Amino acid sequence: MNQATAARDDSPMIEITGLNKWYGDFHVLRDIDLTVARGERIVICGPSGSGKSTLIRCINHLEEHQEGRIVVNGMPMTRDVKRIEQIRRNVGMVFQHFNLFPHLSVLENCCISQTWVQKKPRAEAERTAREILERVQIADQALKYPGQLSGGQQQRVAIARALCMQPEVMLFDEPTSALDPEMIKEVLDVMVELARDGMTMLCVTHEMGFAKTVADRVIFMDQGQIIEEAPPETFFNHPKSERTQLFLSQILGH
Amino acid sequence: MVDPNTVTEMVAERRPPDLRRGVLGWLRFNLFNTPLNGAVTLVTVALLAMVLWPALQWAVLQADWIGDSREACSGEGACWVFISARFESIIYGFYPESARWRVNLVFVLLAILIAWLVIPRLPAKRWVGLFALVGFPVLAFFLLVGGSFGLEHVPTRNWGGVMLTLTIAIVGIVGSLPIGVVLALGRRSQMPLVRGFCVVFIEFWRGVPLITVLFMASVMLPLFVPTQVEFDKLLRALVGIMFFWSAYMAEVVRGGLQAIPSGQDEAAKAMGMGYWQRMGLIVLPQALKLVIPGIVNTFIALFKDTSLVLIIGLFDLLAIIRAGLTDSDWLGFATEGYVFAALVFWVFCFSMSRYSQYIERLLHTGHRN
Repeated sequence: MNQATAARDDSPMIEITGLNKWYGDFHVLRDIDLTVARGERIVICGPSGSGKSTLIRCINHLEEHQEGRIVVNGMPMTRDVKRIEQIRRNVGMVFQHFNLFPHLSVLENCCISQTWVQKKPRAEAERTAREILERVQIADQALKYPGQLSGGQQQRVAIARALCMQPEVMLFDEPTSALDPEMIKEVLDVMVELARDGMTMLCVTHEMGFAKTVADRVIFMDQGQIIEEAPPETFFNHPKSERTQLFLSQILGH
Repeated sequence: MVDPNTVTEMVAERRPPDLRRGVLGWLRFNLFNTPLNGAVTLVTVALLAMVLWPALQWAVLQADWIGDSREACSGEGACWVFISARFESIIYGFYPESARWRVNLVFVLLAILIAWLVIPRLPAKRWVGLFALVGFPVLAFFLLVGGSFGLEHVPTRNWGGVMLTLTIAIVGIVGSLPIGVVLALGRRSQMPLVRGFCVVFIEFWRGVPLITVLFMASVMLPLFVPTQVEFDKLLRALVGIMFFWSAYMAEVVRGGLQAIPSGQDEAAKAMGMGYWQRMGLIVLPQALKLVIPGIVNTFIALFKDTSLVLIIGLFDLLAIIRAGLTDSDWLGFATEGYVFAALVFWVFCFSMSRYSQYIERLLHTGHRN
């Protein structure tokens, strides 16, 4: 356990206050306040361009914000590279396009950050990697290269790769949007499993079935703002704002 | 009742039709598939025969191979005695005979190291590679230059021939790749000072002809520094060649860096990797693999351009052969000399080309994501 996890367990995992971000003149995130408790599962949805991906990418500083305060696991985000890297070690991320390293085998993809960032001995890293690959049910492909796997398999490897760092929180940036329909379920199953094990999760996704099953809270964003946040049953059955109702009718209406 | 629109039986797997198999099949399919193509094939073969047959006759069948003086040349074909008589100087230049074993030792060591690194099955690549990059150059330096450990000093102006060509080419290749990689990374840096320096460096060295660089190094530079300070002429040429080609290399590598999707860097960032880890472990291995053809292209150009050092009075392979042509005993063998020089250059360059293709296949790991 490092000093970061020694933070009080009832302290929030992520605390975002007054977050504002611009791309040039375009105001992409506006006054975002969001607190995520430990073990909480949050689904973020909203129309494209609403800033939901940008929001979760700010949490591990893949995007730089101009105003506001982000505290991850008790550590305030600064512009200091060492601090940013320290925070990133506790935050796993899964991308829409997997972003696996195509020049490394599945096993290497899972070991590389353990051996280079966490400085674990090779044997230990490999053991962890194989355990986690087992968990996402892809251990038999460990020696293949990403290019030899299907999209669903690649995304499960990407989840395993992130889990190998033993993160405190997982960020999912539209993890099923680039998948063929028949592969979505295998990835969602892994995510549901992860949620059951008590992982703190922030998922940007349009999989409303997933939101209903696992989310503690659903957040709806539009034009860079959080419009509505509610537990899934309230969110889906009694949405308050008009924009939420419109959005829901558009994605659930067919 | 079976619905006629429903498939009840899967079509069994079959082998593809055997149209192009065998030599005859291949010929028929590729060279004689239409009457016009057949005619074109025949005309091409006839033209090739008209050119290649006399060349073969000159170079091999009617050539003179044995002997040690001009008398051995019959004059019907090529007289390779010209080459064999001067072979020693073509390899060693003016390196003193008593010390040539040192050059041979370096050659043998180099050959072993290259073979060891090139053949995938041999073990301990990391240590052999480390020795090749650190230990070997130091060892080769002391062996070739001499002047210590009881070895006779051989000034670099006595170096020449294949030995000099290889020295320049290897130092140039081994030096320009890492410098080029650093320059390419620097040019993409977020830091204005680093980026500015790299842009100016690259654009300066890429913008001047190599001949100018060599002239500057050998003629102009001594005018600006006090006479007591004397840099070796070969050393100056080596530095000039290294910087010149590193600028080209930088742009080749930058092309590779730009082709790597930003998601790769982001994924590495998200796992907490620092800049050098991201570049060294994730981005560069992919980028360099992608630009192997461009890198080897630059290596080959560098290798051939080593012959430009003759304009500053260094006697590389080509210059030594040219010097041989002016020998009054051997006037009139320019064709043999140049053909031989071309053959040596071609063998080296073609080997690099083939090896690079092999490496590309070796590193292929399926489709990029």
